[in-house]
Amino acid sequence: MSANLIAISYLIASVLFILSLRGLSHPRFARRGNIAGMVGMTIAVLATLAVTPRVGAGLAMLAVGGAVGVIVSRRVQMTQMPELVAAMHSLVGMAAVLIAIAIVSNPPAFGVAFPMPAGNRVELFLGTVVGAVTFSGSVIAFGKLAGLGRYGRLFSSAPVTFRGQHAVNLALAAVMVGYGVAFVNAAPDAAWPPFLTMTALAFLLGVLIIIPIGGADMPVVISMLNSYSGWAAAGIGFSLNNSMLIIAGSLVGSSGAILSYIMCRAMNRSFFSVILGGFGGAEGTVAAGVEQKAVKSGSPEDAAFLLRNAESVIIVPGYGLAVGRAQHAVKEMADKLIAHGVNVRYAIHPVAGRMPGHMNVLLAEAEVPYDQVVELEDINADFPATDVAFVLGANDVVNPLAEQPGSPIYGMPILEAHKARTVLVNKRSMAAGYAGVDNPLFYMDRTMMVFGDAKKVIEEIVKALD
Amino acid sequence: MTGMVDPIVVNITVFVLAVFVGYHVVWNVTPALHTPLMSVTNAISSVVIVGAILAAGSGTTGFGPLVGAIAVALVAVNTFGGFLVTERMLDMFKKKEPRGRK
Repeated sequence: MSANLIAISYLIASVLFILSLRGLSHPRFARRGNIAGMVGMTIAVLATLAVTPRVGAGLAMLAVGGAVGVIVSRRVQMTQMPELVAAMHSLVGMAAVLIAIAIVSNPPAFGVAFPMPAGNRVELFLGTVVGAVTFSGSVIAFGKLAGLGRYGRLFSSAPVTFRGQHAVNLALAAVMVGYGVAFVNAAPDAAWPPFLTMTALAFLLGVLIIIPIGGADMPVVISMLNSYSGWAAAGIGFSLNNSMLIIAGSLVGSSGAILSYIMCRAMNRSFFSVILGGFGGAEGTVAAGVEQKAVKSGSPEDAAFLLRNAESVIIVPGYGLAVGRAQHAVKEMADKLIAHGVNVRYAIHPVAGRMPGHMNVLLAEAEVPYDQVVELEDINADFPATDVAFVLGANDVVNPLAEQPGSPIYGMPILEAHKARTVLVNKRSMAAGYAGVDNPLFYMDRTMMVFGDAKKVIEEIVKALD
Repeated sequence: MTGMVDPIVVNITVFVLAVFVGYHVVWNVTPALHTPLMSVTNAISSVVIVGAILAAGSGTTGFGPLVGAIAVALVAVNTFGGFLVTERMLDMFKKKEPRGRK
């Protein structure tokens, strides 16, 4: 295959990758988009296999990894998507590091001159460092999302902080850049020591920058690592002078960056305040005054009575729904209510759950039609005219304190469930939300709390609806 | 102006244009599909497999071929798993109750 033919194949693949993202603008075109992505990837891999001298080895390794990928994609639960995505980011990061090592060990095999020009070394430095940070950061994020806290504090979903943390990270980053500069200027036969040192420091840095970030900030972290994995791929594209890698990596990089921005905006927090971490350290602290404040609580039967007699219900799902795996029970309840003539819709906050779009996927899995699922800005105006707002395992995203200047969460856009005629709240306990802020919604006269595991409570409501 | 354009300049041109395309395409993605967006970008970033395949075939000396082969296997998990899990998710997004097909 001539070099031109390969380059044109890569161009076609690049266009198909753009189309695969374009498809996601609407659920109707999304599957076609995904197929475009698969075709693009097939073209890219086949064109590359056509020029490699070791087709057999390439195919064998492709089969090994591919088999794992097929099995994982079939078996993974929808509630585990955040972990899976974090794991996949780590693989891209590691691959970028390994490819960089291969380039350093034998530049001419990749069309890079030997001794390597400084420009190529700068590109390799960037690709390797971003790849290494992506790998170790994603491993920590995976641990936090998969609830591996019991295997080590590094994986704890609570922030891990220590004194002088930011100074340590900054110093480490400076030393890493120093070794990067040494690598760029190193003699051809002395490139390994600075290269490997800077790589090791980047791995360490990846761990350190993710540990102080707590569970509910995970939507930002996972989007950021998504972005990094793309930049790492683009960095390798620079080293290999491969436009397709640069294009694909940049698409992914900007996608992750935009998602990070959307998530930060949905919490009214700056990207840096999330990344510096430590927020919500006082998780689980219940305000001392809670015992005195009166909470109205009721049984699932009471909730069923309220729901059946409503004309309109808006369900507000949160992380509690994912933890309780209650999505199918919720759908069953909604079906019963719809059969009673109740107008049921779902209101989604952008940061509900542990990753962007988490709630939408869980509801889709339960076969909730997507036109019943409404985003924050489109549904907030409807709460005052709604009979029952049913908050399921959500807390901070419906906290009216966000409208009060001086509150730690002031300015965060919320779902205005407190404006509904009646508010039902299902929670496991009275513990404060992630932000450690008490929620006045729970103490309103129009609010009834239904305590218990989301799935059990909903199943009892379903029974009571018969 | 004489001489060839440095490949780095070409790369930067491609890079800047691709970031622009990415920016405009991704802002059009509906928020309901943000999770499939992440899994499909996982799959797309696995195009580094191209570099890994080249590394696996890079000569016979050194450990380049070995680390390259490992990289192919690692990232092939995304290449297959990323697209397939996206497809599984997208199959769930339906407008009406399923008819005929489960």
